[in-house]
This record gives sequence, C-alpha cells and structure tokens, in this order.
Amino acid sequence: MNNLSVDHLTGIKHLTREDIEIIFQTADSFKQVINRPIKKVPSLRDITIANLFFENSTRTKLSFELAEKRLSADVVNFSASGSSVKKGETLVDTVNNILSMKVDMVVMRHASPGAAKFLSERVNARVINAGDGTHEHPTQALLDSYSIRERLGSVEGKKVVIVGDILHSRVALSNIYALQKQGAEVMVCGPTTLIPKYIHELGVHVEHNLMKALNWCDVANMLRIQLERQDIQYFPSLREYSMQYGLNKEILDHLDKEIVVMHPGPINRGVEITSDVADSKQSIILNQVENGVAVRMAVIYLLASKIERN
Amino acid sequence: MEKQVILNEKQFTLTLLRLCHQLIENHNDFSNTVLIGLQPRGIHVVNRMKKILEEKLGQSIQCGNLDITFYRDDFRRRERPIIPSVTNIDFIIEGKVVVLIDDVLYTGRTIRSGLDALMAFGRPARVELVTLIDRRFNRDLPIQADYIGKAVDTLVSERVSVEWAEIEGEDKVILFTPKEHE
Repeated sequence: MNNLSVDHLTGIKHLTREDIEIIFQTADSFKQVINRPIKKVPSLRDITIANLFFENSTRTKLSFELAEKRLSADVVNFSASGSSVKKGETLVDTVNNILSMKVDMVVMRHASPGAAKFLSERVNARVINAGDGTHEHPTQALLDSYSIRERLGSVEGKKVVIVGDILHSRVALSNIYALQKQGAEVMVCGPTTLIPKYIHELGVHVEHNLMKALNWCDVANMLRIQLERQDIQYFPSLREYSMQYGLNKEILDHLDKEIVVMHPGPINRGVEITSDVADSKQSIILNQVENGVAVRMAVIYLLASKIERN
Repeated sequence: MEKQVILNEKQFTLTLLRLCHQLIENHNDFSNTVLIGLQPRGIHVVNRMKKILEEKLGQSIQCGNLDITFYRDDFRRRERPIIPSVTNIDFIIEGKVVVLIDDVLYTGRTIRSGLDALMAFGRPARVELVTLIDRRFNRDLPIQADYIGKAVDTLVSERVSVEWAEIEGEDKVILFTPKEHE
C-alpha cells in the first residue's frame, strides 16, 4: 500500500488516513534531501509543471516552485495579472491552452471555491489545489500536521485549537479534515461573527474565550484576519480583536502547560500574535515553512508517479 | 519454485571474511576509505563487514547507508511508487575512496542510480563496488564489481535471495528456479 488513493489533490476531504501517512513518510526522505549540500534529485526530469496563480501568493508559490525544481521538474509560472484572463478567457480555456504546450501537472490557486475540482474533471493533467477561495488549502494542512508530528511525535490524540477568522479560512477547513483524519481533537476559537454557523456539524468544539481554548489545547494555530475577503465589518476594530484574540507572551506564560504555537503566514505581528511569541521557542512557524517544501515535494512526487507515459 | 542453496551458513561467513581481507589488502588502514551500503538490503552486508573489519583492524570504520529511490530510472514505469528508506551519511565523501556495497548485482541499474545519488554528497576520489552475489551475464549496463563474493549464472526468470541471521534467522543465499509449468 504505497500508492495514493487519489489522482489529484483537490482537498484533504478526499484523502484517507493512509494517504496522509504515505505523504509524510515520503516527506521524511525529502526533508533529508533538502538538508544536503546538493538539494536536488532527478526523479521528475521528464515532467513539466505549470503553476497557475489566479490569486496573490508569496510563500505558497515560492514553496511549490522550490519543491518542483528540487525534483528536477520543468516549471512554468503564470499569474493572473498581465494574462488573458483579464481579456475574458474562461478557466478551462486558459488551462487547456497551457496544457497543449505539454504540461503534465497543474498547481492552481484560485479565488473560487471548487475551482481545483472543476479543473481536475475537465483537463488531462494532475491537479494540485494551492488554495481555492475560502474552501481548502490541502498542502498547508498537510505541512501543519507534519510539523505537529515532528514536534510532538504524533498527531493522534492531540488537541489543536484554530484561532481567528475561521469563516474566511481555507487553512482552517483543510486543517480540521486533516487533524480529524489523524485522530486529533479540534477546537475553533474566535468572535461569533467569524465562526461559521454550522461548523459544529464537522465535529469540532467551538469556544469564544481564548484563555479557555489555550488551556485546553496542546497546539494553537493562529490565523490571520483576512481583511481582503471581508465585505462587511465583522468586529469593531482590529485593536479590539487583538485585545480579545491576540496571543502574547503574557498569556502564554500564564498557561499551566507549554503549548506549541503555529501560524500559516503571512503574520500580522501585533494583531493575532505578538513578535515575542512568533519568535519564541514554542513557535514552530519557521519549521512549518521548511516542512512546506518537503511535504509539497512528496505530494508532487506521489502524484507524478501516476502520470501515464506516452 | 525450486530452491537451491548457493551459499550455506559456513560458506556465507567465509565469503564475507574473504571480501574483508581483500578490502584490507587494497585500503590499508581505511583512513581515507568509507563504506556505503545501498538500501534496503545492502546495509546488512555493510553492517557485517564493518564488524569484521573493526575486529581485524582494531579501529572504527566510517559507514553509511544510501537510499537511491529518487535516482532510479524506472519512476513512472512501475505500478506504484517505492517508499524510500533512510539515507544516513553523516560525513563528507569529497576526496574519499568510497566502497559501495550491495547484496546482489544484477542489471547494474541500482548501482547506476547509486553512483548518481552518491554525487549529491561530494566528489569522491574513487568508487569501488563490492557485491555478495554477482548474477553475471544479466547486465543491462556496463557495470562490474571490484570484489565479488560469489558469481552465479542465472536466468532472468530465476530469483536470488540473500537471507540474514538477524532477519530471516539464518545466513544463506538461495536461488529460486520456477518449475517448467510455472
């Protein structure tokens, strides 16, 4: 059993626990590779990958590109600004045009939820979702779990709280699926307006008091307030949000146990997390970034093994 | 399948001992030599040879394990991907004489990948190859071993299995031949 059960990575929802374990085992080896003097392996030298970013991204795009290059794949990049999308071309047309240039795999970020799945059903290439609107961000959730596993030994039985803008967060949804599949307990914490109404149907705890949530958990994943997706005012002011839901050193020191602090980035220092917490030894934020490359290499490698040869 | 023992326990020990003596002949005190076993089965040969060599020489010998999964030439040509094993080389091989060690030399493709993988750790002065069993006349690539435990003539349909006391319970090498109707 060392083959993924899926042909595309559109979301964590469609993965099995075994899939996640295979990805992590493979990522372990890639983590070794990227810490060597020569950080590159020749596995994917006959594969071409297109990175289609219809939405802005720095970290994820860079991380995917590094992962692809370290596997020796050929990489083409595309970002929506300065493209024909602005001239009215449809998504399928854009992608099919790129695929006729013999591209084997597509990594896509798009503002519409379900865009990756839509594409995977219509084009002849492996599709990896790099974030589709407020829906899923599967590789982020995988690298988050991988980082928890690395720091705490395993994910099973751990209590993880996701704090912040759950309503607009694809990281939150993917993390909930990933953590639950691995046997962790999940809680979401934030102002009532930023917690989706039916979230309890996913089997997560809901808490509005940050102190209570932190005292319950082993790991706190702090999310950014996604102002760019908020069409209305969900809370009075950023300062008020920060007073109620911001994590600072004083709160951390008042807990009766040492918790692990995570953040998917980009950090708004002083809003959801203060600098001294972000840079403390309880924080694994930079480990998350390093692990991101290894986990993405694993996902690309495992999906690429399913590409048929002509 | 017909089973034929091609190295029994006693021959197995003698063969390993001889390979070690041959290495000592060419590498003196091993000050500039490192042993590297190819995952997954070559590491057992290395562990055994390391033990013998260290007893004979009274000093420790640098050894490592090398996984070649990502350097294989059959990616996407197999039904399912191979889950890699651990690479464990915590020294620099730049300028060193590297002795690559595997249990069975067959098509030569594993060694080709191994040479490729090795270069990620530096430029060795020289690379030599030790194999416990050499299935000669079955090579796909022009690769030969410098030290050979036992050379055997086999058919492609046959299979050679090296078994270890610490895993399978007994040191021996078996040749499996399919019966005609199989």
